Formats: sequence, C-alpha cells, structure tokens
Amino acid sequence: MEKKVLITVRDLVAKYGENLILDHVSFEVYQGEILFILGGSGCGKTTLIRHMMGLAAPASGQIVIDGVDITRCSDADFQKTLRKIGILFQGSALFGSMSLAENIALPIEEYSGLSSSVINDLVRMKLCRVDLAGFENYRPHELSGGMKKRAGLARALALNPKILFLDEPTAGLDPVTAAEIDALISQINRNSGTTMIVVTHELSSIYGLAKRVIMLDKERKGIIDEGDPYFLKDNSSHPSVRRFFNRQPETIMENGN
Amino acid sequence: MKSNEHSSAHYEISDRGDRVIAVRFRGNIDVDTASAIHKSLFPLLSDRNPSKLVIDLEAVTAFDDYGALILAELKHLVPEGKDAFEVINAKNQSKEVLYQVDFETLEKCAVSIKSKRSVHLLVNLGETTLSQLSTIRLMVAFLGSVFLAFTKVIMNPKSLRMDDTIGYMEDTGVHALPIVAMISFLLGLIIAFMSSMQLKQFGANIYVASLVALAMVSELGPIMTAIIVAGRTGSAYAAEIGTMKISEEVDALFSMGFDPTLFLVVPRMIASIMVVPILTLFSDIFAITGGLVIGVMMLKLSPGAYITQTIDTLTLTEIIWSFAKSIVFATLISWVACLRGFQAQGGAASVGNAATSAVVSSIFLIILFDSIFAVIRSYWG
Repeated sequence: MEKKVLITVRDLVAKYGENLILDHVSFEVYQGEILFILGGSGCGKTTLIRHMMGLAAPASGQIVIDGVDITRCSDADFQKTLRKIGILFQGSALFGSMSLAENIALPIEEYSGLSSSVINDLVRMKLCRVDLAGFENYRPHELSGGMKKRAGLARALALNPKILFLDEPTAGLDPVTAAEIDALISQINRNSGTTMIVVTHELSSIYGLAKRVIMLDKERKGIIDEGDPYFLKDNSSHPSVRRFFNRQPETIMENGN
Repeated sequence: MKSNEHSSAHYEISDRGDRVIAVRFRGNIDVDTASAIHKSLFPLLSDRNPSKLVIDLEAVTAFDDYGALILAELKHLVPEGKDAFEVINAKNQSKEVLYQVDFETLEKCAVSIKSKRSVHLLVNLGETTLSQLSTIRLMVAFLGSVFLAFTKVIMNPKSLRMDDTIGYMEDTGVHALPIVAMISFLLGLIIAFMSSMQLKQFGANIYVASLVALAMVSELGPIMTAIIVAGRTGSAYAAEIGTMKISEEVDALFSMGFDPTLFLVVPRMIASIMVVPILTLFSDIFAITGGLVIGVMMLKLSPGAYITQTIDTLTLTEIIWSFAKSIVFATLISWVACLRGFQAQGGAASVGNAATSAVVSSIFLIILFDSIFAVIRSYWG
C-alpha cells in the first residue's frame, strides 16, 4: 500500500540572525508513522520542529502540512492547519495559573462547540487516558515531572490532532516513567493513527518505538542519514551515526597516554 | 419505518417498546461530529425518557474519546444499573478507546472541575489568617537575613558584588533621571502657577519661589522620586527575583553556597540607597527650575531675585531632612520589592503579582513613613 505523505519539508533553510542552522533540509513524514528526529546537542533539532510547528519563519524553503504550505498560506489556512497539530513542549508548558482540568478544557472550550457540562466529562476522560484521573484540580507546580509530561500530553491531545509533535517527551524522567510515556505514545499512535514527530536523545525510546529516524548533523547543517535505527546502528556509512546509536564518545580515552 | 423512529446522518433511533430505545450509530463519531450529534440527539432521547438504551456501534467507521463522551452522556439518561445501558457490536478499536478512558468506571472518578476552594466562611477566615501569619513570619525572617547580610558586607566588604551594585545604580539612577526630571519640572511649573494665582492678589509674587522650594524639598521631591523609583525599579526587582525564584535559580544559588540575600538583595538595596537621594536632589533642582520659568515668564520676577529668595528660604535642616527621607524611602522600596520577589511561587502569574504588590506595598510604606517623619518633625520643633 502506498504510504500517504502528510508533511513535506522542502529545501528548508533556517537562520538565527546571521547564524545558519539548517541548510536545505528536505524530508517527508508519512501518515500514521512515528518519526524520530535525532542528533547531537546544538544540531538544530528544536529549530527544525519549531519551523514545522509554525513557531518560526524559515529563511527559505517550504513546509507543507496536509496540503497547506504553512510558510506562505493565508492566515485562515494557517489557523486551520494549527488545529491539526498538537504539541508536547519540552517543559510541558502548562499554564501555571490554571488547574490541570482548566488547562485541558481550554482548547476544547474554544474549538469543540460542546457545552461546558459535557466538557467536564471529556476532560476527565482525557485525564483517565494519561492515567491522571483524580488530579483535575491540581496546579501544574504541584505535580511531579512525569505527571507534568502526561498532563502536557493530555492537553496536546485535547482536540485529537492528526499530527503530534513531542519535544523530548522522556527527558529527565526515571526509566519506568519514561517507559510508561513511551507506551502511551505507542498506544495513541496505534489507536488513533496520530502521526508523531518525536525529538529525543533517549536510545531506549528510539529502539522501542522508532521504525524510521532522521539524523541531523551539526557540521552538515542538515540530514546526514535516515532509516531504521537497528539498521543504522551497525550499517550507517557515517561513523558519527554509528557512534550515536552505540553510545560511544567521539574520542575514546585510552589508559596511559 | 415506524413513526417513532428517527434517523440522521450519524445515527438512527428505534423504539423497541417498554421505553427501551436502540441507537445505532454510523459513520465517524469523533472530534469533528461529536458536537453536532450531541446537540441533535439529546433532545430527541430525553423526551422519550428511556429506561434502557442499547447502543449499536457496528456501522461506526471512526471512534475516539469524543465518541466515548457521547456514550457517557447517554449513560446519564438512563437509571443506574447494570442492564440499563448496553453497548453492542463494538469493534476492537472502539472497545480499546472505551477501555482507555475507563468508560465502565468513569463515574467513580467524578470530581467537579470548578470551585476548588471551600466556600465556608470559617474555613476561609482560618486560611486567610494562617496565610497572613506566615507572611508576617516571612517578613521578619527576611528582615533578619537582610541585617545579617549587611553585617557580613560590613565585616567583609569584599563579599559585596561590586559590579552588580554599579549596574543596579546605573539602572535605578541614570536611567530614571529623564523621567524624574520631566515630572519634577512639570510639578514645579504647576505649583508655581497655582500658588501665583493666589499670591498675586496680595502682591506677594516673590513668595512663589519660597513655596516651590519648601514644598519640593521637604515633601514632594522625596515622595515623587520614591514613587517613580517604586514603579520603575521596585517592580523590576520583584519581577527579576520572582522569576529567579520560580525557575529554581535561587535554589541553585543556595545550593552553591551563596547567600541569596547577599547575592541578590544587598546589591540592589545599596544601589537604591546610594542613588535615590541623588535623584531626589535632581528632582528638587528641576522643580525649582520649573518654578523659575513661571516666575520669570508670568510673574515678571528677575531670575536673580527668584534664586536669592529660594536660597534664603531653604535651610540646611530642610535639605538634610530631604536626604534622610529619601534614604529611608529607598531602603523601604528595595527591601519590600525583594521580599515580594522571594514570596513568588508557582507560575508566571505569581511573578506578575509580585511586581504589582511590590509597587503597592512600596507606595503604602512611603506614605506611612512620610507621616511618621511629619510627626517626628512636629515634635522636633
């Protein structure tokens, strides 16, 4: 079966001031897949997804999401495209002045057209889904890191988006909590067919979830390799990619001199 | 089709007699259609007052938690009990969605979302009292730690962060000068103009100079400067320290062995105490210039006479009082602003609150201490 392309990034050039971060990056994201964006620190992963989420304007190039080029479409089309996107930010970005329930109810109230009594039930379901039932009235700062991530995920999923961006979903979490988040991600992907773009460093997540990864490189300022992580681990033609997957330092310290 | 059947694009309702109603859903029951289904289906069903609902999901092509929501709401329509609500022919995907949202036990985790706080008067009173007490405790503790930090600086002047202090002096003093100058000049202008209206009637034009000088130097100069500093600098201090507090930077300082008070508060307080009196002096000078402009242009006084009269009016005591006041005000503003910053906890809103309450508390303290000064002076003689 032919895989349907959902997002196309074509010749994307990204700059911070005069500083070139990404140089002519092109790739495609297929419907229903979990795509991992990998690379060492400072190679432009976050920059890349910020552009894909419409939070930054590229110096040149195209980003087509579900048929709409978000770099040069009308405001109305852009807003429509944003509704198809859910984002889990690195720090969860929950609104500190609101309870968990209010955080999740916010986009639902704005866009779903459901009455507020019904929304209460929906919010409870959303929280059940990420295993946070009973925490409706907690403020974000009263939650642990893992709970914040799950709450952020529940908010990102509030409107059942077609596409979900996850920026370091398991960074800084203990292995068990991280595995729970991974399981949740895979379950949502399987169940709702949500296309996911994940930025992470966690090798266990990558081996557990990824069928396809793209690897960015700081020197190249773009994609250095892409494919199945198990394949790239041993067979990538780039030593730096093999080093990444095998967790090897760039220079191996020998004993003595 | 029987007359009591109803069908639409997404569902058809059939009555099986004895208030048993079957709803057969079809097509997509998801985020895009849930609102429309909910609006049209519920009036139809609640009119019939069903005793049992049978939900058929066989023809459903897409189902998500918004679909589950519709089912949950339908469940509310029938009396509680195991048999009153039945879902049949659900596909695996729908079943998994229902399982994930804990559909069967959903009622158990029912917590009302709004109205978190208890509204009981006594509880509120108790909570407020406790929070006020803890605020007072914090204030005393903070006062103590500021004293300790100042003692440390006096014992060991090298522990003061000089670069920071100079930076804050520039921020608080140099950058505030244009606005202080502008406001004071206009204030001098206004006072001179208003008083001249009255004094002209008695031919006492020259006393406009005395009035402007006295009013500004002993009262308005220190107060206006302090209020401007509270608005400009106090709020900034509170917001800076508040942001550091909620992003755990203060904890980081503490864990590295720095005294946060010594590191953050002392440089700010010293900077304010150094520059606010100078700002006040500038404020006085600009106000007197404003008075001079009115005196020369409207009252036809000579500049020389105006300045001589001003100098004759002002005594050294006046000027020393003015300085003393501005030093006290500067201490109060910077102290309370830093305190409010340290009180911030939680999220972005608390930083905003800290900045606001820093300004409000500063202005309150300025006026309070100004009255105390007035009382002291009245006994001084």
